[in-house]
Amino acid sequence: MEHTTTAHAENHSGGHKEIWKVTGILTVLTIVELALGFYMMNVPLDEHSKRSFIKGTIIILMLAKAFYITAYFMHMKHEVKNLIMTVVVPLFLFVWFIIAFLYEGNSYKNLRNTYDGHFRDRKEIMAPTHKVEEMKEIKEESKPAE
Amino acid sequence: MPAQKMWGGGKSPFNVEYGKLMMWYFLMSDAFTFGAFLISYGTIRFSSVGWPDPNKVFKSYPFAPESANAPLVFVSIMTFILIISSVTMVMAVQAGQQMKKQAVVLNLSLTILGGLAFLSCQAWEWHHLFTEGAWWGRNPFPNADGTIASTNFTNYFFTITGFHGFHVFSGVIINIVMLIMTLTNQFEKRGHYLMIEKAGLYWHFVDLVWVFVFTCFYLI
Repeated sequence: MEHTTTAHAENHSGGHKEIWKVTGILTVLTIVELALGFYMMNVPLDEHSKRSFIKGTIIILMLAKAFYITAYFMHMKHEVKNLIMTVVVPLFLFVWFIIAFLYEGNSYKNLRNTYDGHFRDRKEIMAPTHKVEEMKEIKEESKPAE
Repeated sequence: MPAQKMWGGGKSPFNVEYGKLMMWYFLMSDAFTFGAFLISYGTIRFSSVGWPDPNKVFKSYPFAPESANAPLVFVSIMTFILIISSVTMVMAVQAGQQMKKQAVVLNLSLTILGGLAFLSCQAWEWHHLFTEGAWWGRNPFPNADGTIASTNFTNYFFTITGFHGFHVFSGVIINIVMLIMTLTNQFEKRGHYLMIEKAGLYWHFVDLVWVFVFTCFYLI
């Protein structure tokens, strides 16, 4: 049998320079994500399209981060194409998975909003304010006296 | 290279060691597990009329006054801790490839410290939320529009961050085992540090999952 271990044939490209570059990119992407998150706090809830746009941008940045971690930190970029394909191609199932399930969830909400009176009414019930403080008081009162 | 030549025998079509290939497949299956969790969360969120505002829920940090209102601050610290620990892990892997034992020991130790720091942050956060009345089946936080919320929010939060935290915990244990094996010269005897590369893949995956969890729960 000709050698079956290829351990030492693996290519080790990159080096410290590449690591720092990728670290820098990940840091910048995270900071931009956080900046968008802070910005979104001041966007009113009923400005749906604006909020969705920001959320979409954050998701794209998230995918970019995922790419850099997998490609450089996990060395995926330096593997053989066969290996990349066998791991990445199955993950494309997620495209269908995400679209189908989120569509389903949204459709379920619309159906219940139309036909389920209880669900419809729930939108109107306001949560008591200062609920957190109340919970604390209740917890303290229910503690057994020592 | 034509397929016939690649798969015709006498060559290694994946050009990686068996264990590393299997680690990739394990991580792929784990990605499906996390993906299923997050998609389930998304489905429920899309089927709800309201959802709590993460900026009103996650707004505290350790040693903060009661009135603290610092959304995103603590969780960004957690995110950076995990990124830095990923960087030190890459350093450990590279040092291993160059057979530099001392550098492996140093970088692995730093990675373990990073992992422990992240777990401590998460433990604090869970405890803080618990004292506010949040737990599985209990949700004190109203929806963003002030209407009463279901317990879906806390259920998903604790289940998914808990599952991720468990991965971090296992990663720390694996890295500690790697550190002990390095210190006892086991890799020196083998002549290679391939085991560290597999542990490294797992650790980066934990960081990768956090990128998704962080976005889904804290940002959007």
